Amino acid sequence: MALENLYQQLIMDHGRRPRNFRAIEQPTHQLEGYNPLCGDRVTVYLKVENGRVTDAAFQGVGCAISTASASLMTETIKGKTEAEVEQLFEAFHAMVTGKPVHPGVTLGKLSALAGVAAYPVRVKCATLPWHTMKGALAGAGQPVTTE
Amino acid sequence: MSPQAAVAAGCSLSSGFNVSRVRGDFPALDQLVHGRPLVYLDNAATTQKPRVVLDALFNFYTRDCANVHRGVHELSRRATEAYEGARRTVARFLNAAPHEIVFTRGATEAINLAAQAFARSILREGDEILLTELEHHSNIVPWQLLAEQTGARLVVAPINDRGELLMEELERRLSPRTRLIAVAHVSNALGTINPVAEICRMARARGIRVLVDGAQAAPHVRIDVRALDCDFYAFSGHKLYGPTGIGVLYGKAELLERMPPYQGGGDMIRSVSFEKTLFNDPPYRFEAGTPHIAGAIGLAAAIEYLTGLGLDEIARHEYELLSAATRALSEIPGVRLVGTASHKAAVLSFVLDGIHPHDVATVLDHEGVAVRAGHHCAQPLMERLGLPATTRASFALYNTLEEVEVLARAVRRARELFG
Repeated sequence: MALENLYQQLIMDHGRRPRNFRAIEQPTHQLEGYNPLCGDRVTVYLKVENGRVTDAAFQGVGCAISTASASLMTETIKGKTEAEVEQLFEAFHAMVTGKPVHPGVTLGKLSALAGVAAYPVRVKCATLPWHTMKGALAGAGQPVTTE
Repeated sequence: MSPQAAVAAGCSLSSGFNVSRVRGDFPALDQLVHGRPLVYLDNAATTQKPRVVLDALFNFYTRDCANVHRGVHELSRRATEAYEGARRTVARFLNAAPHEIVFTRGATEAINLAAQAFARSILREGDEILLTELEHHSNIVPWQLLAEQTGARLVVAPINDRGELLMEELERRLSPRTRLIAVAHVSNALGTINPVAEICRMARARGIRVLVDGAQAAPHVRIDVRALDCDFYAFSGHKLYGPTGIGVLYGKAELLERMPPYQGGGDMIRSVSFEKTLFNDPPYRFEAGTPHIAGAIGLAAAIEYLTGLGLDEIARHEYELLSAATRALSEIPGVRLVGTASHKAAVLSFVLDGIHPHDVATVLDHEGVAVRAGHHCAQPLMERLGLPATTRASFALYNTLEEVEVLARAVRRARELFG
């Protein structure tokens, strides 16, 4: 598979200039995620009001894949209900691990990360922000790690 | 032969070492990865195995497979002879006596053995163990566990920005409570060769014991434990072109004799009753259970292979690779070498401006180049250097100057892609 399938234009763009790369003051949910294998760290901030994500942001150090994944995630989940976010998590996870995605879910821009499925060692880069976000929503007090 | 022709023929210029012939000894090198010839530069993680090692394993399992030290029958005799022969080979390699060689699962188990069976019995609350900032986790965590058990304290000697130990700072941290120094001979992340002989001298003058973690040194540096005068020396077989799952702890005979067992089981006993067990002599006292017989035999085959090629010839060849790679990568804009000690083994860590090491490694992998990206199991060192990770190319006796060029081209490709 060509390298460009992994590093698509959209990924390179979000990797270089991540959106929502900031802290949220007084978030309703916040959690740190860590991949001890590569040292990637991400902190996800969420503001959830009446069951809907009204703001999402992140900060941290990571590779192009994890940074782009976090950036695209925060863009995508903004405005979604918690139930919709849960569906997106499942669909995204299925996509990057090469499993069938539930036909009822639209991944939109997130599809740019589909190439990750061909790189098993990079799957954790793409899923770290998502696991962290899910942990934050669940109110987990402990930082999330991929190991 | 002109120098260019010599390179084309795979000859190293400064020695008679014939790298293309050597490459033929390693079956795994002959393969395509993502459609490109494999350029294996992750040797600090583990090395590929020469056919003589694979043959030694195959022959043991097809002809001589039996348990050691117990059977009266012919196969057991052969297995025992090969296993004890391996111990003698390792002893010669380190300039030690065979009864000072304990087979372990690897350097990690060797360090844990020394920590629990030796250091634990000499440490009192408030005693100090001196480590350095560039240790691998395997030479940090066993001492941390021990510190918790004994109330001893870990003291850390700093490095400079080039990745060299600050010897005056190290000496200043030696106190009347320092009982043990645990130090890497060669840094796995940066390649720094530490002045372990000098450290051993300092320690000796103060009655401090020294354990040298030689996991990264054994494939690159000639080791003489008598000349070093260290108390313990640990290394792994798999980084030395031998099998995984086998390693060595050298310990001075007088210390091994005083040490209690590390694990209990068969083979480490003289007699057992439910009232009392008498333990066997070293090294058997520390080898409970059936050992990794095939692994020890494979390791001995690897050592014989290396000494047959010539340790100094190998070192010269690797130095040439390191110099060429250092030059080639330094010329690439945006590359910063991490670890520029004046004495280095063939390990080259680097970062590329604005590109995460993981992305670099993925691009390199696509070009067939295998490197490591990450913290190299040395998180405190990465913290000290202010880096989450680096990309690391580490060389072995079978790498070539052409492969150095492939590496440099692949790094340039990463720069283009992420431009």
